Amino acid sequence: MTSSLETPTQPPEASASLAVRCSAIEKSFAAGEQRIRVLRGTDFIAESGKMNFLVGPSGCGKTTLISVIGAILRCESGELEVLGEDLRSLKNGRLADFRLNNLGFIFQQFNLLPALNAEENASLPLVAQGVSTSKAERLARVLLERLGLEDQTKKMPNQLSGGQQQRVAIARALVHEPRLLICDEPTASLAAASGHTVMELLRDVALEGDRSVIVVTHDNRIFEFADRISHMADGRITRVEHTHTGDVA
Amino acid sequence: MMRTAIRMLIGDKTKCLGLIFGVALSTLLVCQQVSIFFGLLARASSVVTDVREADIWVMDPSVTTVDAPFALRETALQRVRGVEGVEWAVPFFRANVQVRTREGTLENAILLGSDDASLVGVPDNFMLGSIEDLTMPDSIAMNPAGFRLLFPGEELDVGRVIELNDRRARIAAIVDASPAFSANLSIFTRYSLATQYTNNGRNQMSFVLAIASNPSAIDDVTSRITETTELKAVTSDQFRLESILYILANTGIPVSFGTVVILGVFIGIAIVGLTFNQFISENIRQYAALKAIGVRNLRLLVMTLTQALFVGTIGYGLGLFAASQFFNWPSKNVDALRGFYLLPEVAIGVAILSIVIVFTSTVLSMRRVLVVDPATVFRG
Repeated sequence: MTSSLETPTQPPEASASLAVRCSAIEKSFAAGEQRIRVLRGTDFIAESGKMNFLVGPSGCGKTTLISVIGAILRCESGELEVLGEDLRSLKNGRLADFRLNNLGFIFQQFNLLPALNAEENASLPLVAQGVSTSKAERLARVLLERLGLEDQTKKMPNQLSGGQQQRVAIARALVHEPRLLICDEPTASLAAASGHTVMELLRDVALEGDRSVIVVTHDNRIFEFADRISHMADGRITRVEHTHTGDVA
Repeated sequence: MMRTAIRMLIGDKTKCLGLIFGVALSTLLVCQQVSIFFGLLARASSVVTDVREADIWVMDPSVTTVDAPFALRETALQRVRGVEGVEWAVPFFRANVQVRTREGTLENAILLGSDDASLVGVPDNFMLGSIEDLTMPDSIAMNPAGFRLLFPGEELDVGRVIELNDRRARIAAIVDASPAFSANLSIFTRYSLATQYTNNGRNQMSFVLAIASNPSAIDDVTSRITETTELKAVTSDQFRLESILYILANTGIPVSFGTVVILGVFIGIAIVGLTFNQFISENIRQYAALKAIGVRNLRLLVMTLTQALFVGTIGYGLGLFAASQFFNWPSKNVDALRGFYLLPEVAIGVAILSIVIVFTSTVLSMRRVLVVDPATVFRG
């Protein structure tokens, strides 16, 4: 693996388009009478059409940062532009719509609805967008087949292995063709081989078009899938590597 | 998303059944109690209901219920007949008596005496015998529940003789009268015979039954009777209502049934509310995932209300069916429960109540869904 280094907010190439641009993001949480600063002037960018990894020790603020980028949490200060939209200016309802129409999420615990089968789970974002159930499930089925689950589309989550459940979660995250995919520890609940397979599928299926993928992970076995790795510590991005350009610092 | 909401609910079979059971139990309890309550109120005025020929009741001014008449002078009948606008007027007798059974025990009965000539006030649906049979000496008619009380296990029959205040009475007919409030045994006979059975002295007439020459002027006629005779004159509907109000004001029935109904509602809210709350607690991560995906709070609210409507509809249907069966079988086979029906008005009222129960429970549980942090889904 080759890599290059840059300062956190500086794009590696002047022509590269950015899916996410965060600058001086501040976010704190109340803990009793004190407030804990989780993001401390964080600068972060994610390039379109790339696998952007965000790595760092537990408690460094990775999850908070992707929650802010994913329009789930609001930051207190700084600039936050996602897919060209200034998220800080959007009201809560618009933020929900922004998530529904532009973002896909893959969670560590999959968070599939246990009462729905694989294709129903995968079709949820489309159904939530108002697409008819039959059309949504047909599109979900196509995606599940691409992910190698053609024989599992009618199975309930508890009838699937961890790797299969994560593939359903990938289908759910991609079925509505979001422009940004946010993955939180996508391989943490999977065995090594299964995790590797999931990442391969993610790279093959998710990076279509100009879609940007942000992956939060501790798992250094999957770093090989990264185009760009942002290292985070103590609420800040401390180092960025470009893994396929040969630049390292 | 509504389909998803229903699938989420029925996916948790235990909770789903618990919710349906809660609504069904509450519906059954409230339907049953409210229907019995209205049945009892109907019994309170059953004597008035069964007198179909007359539309004006004249009585002593102190009387407030058909079950507690105060004797009128015999002259009252002529005074009423003399009022302008009265087509005809007849005497009517009502008293509580005791009948000795074959085993020697005494049973309370309501004795009703109708005008000898016209027999106004005797119900017209005869099961055995006919109204003409009441013109025979010592003849009485009896309701079937009363007959079975006196002759348990025996087929309805005429010709038997019973002892009524030490006097002989022959059962000449069986008549299907409305169940009464104060006794299961109702006896119908001629006015002259009824007064002999009780022998309470010179003044024995309980009521004067009358009809207005012009039915549209009935209110004027009742007012005129009151002014002319200084007796109380009311229409049948008014007297029926007064008799019901008397029961409401002077018995513990409203409090007793009201308490059970309120308990039924609270039990419904408690079962449904707690179960629904538990359902939402156990699925809160799923709601958070839906929020993270981009489902708005309003849509989540609609989803949850859909779930409530689903269990509410099924639970109400089951509860209503159980209540209807409760009244269907016993009302045909148990005399003490005759006259108790599941009224459509009660079914509609309980439907509204069920909606209140499930929606109150939902709203109480909904807050958790509305405030859940979608970022919860990022926590392992």
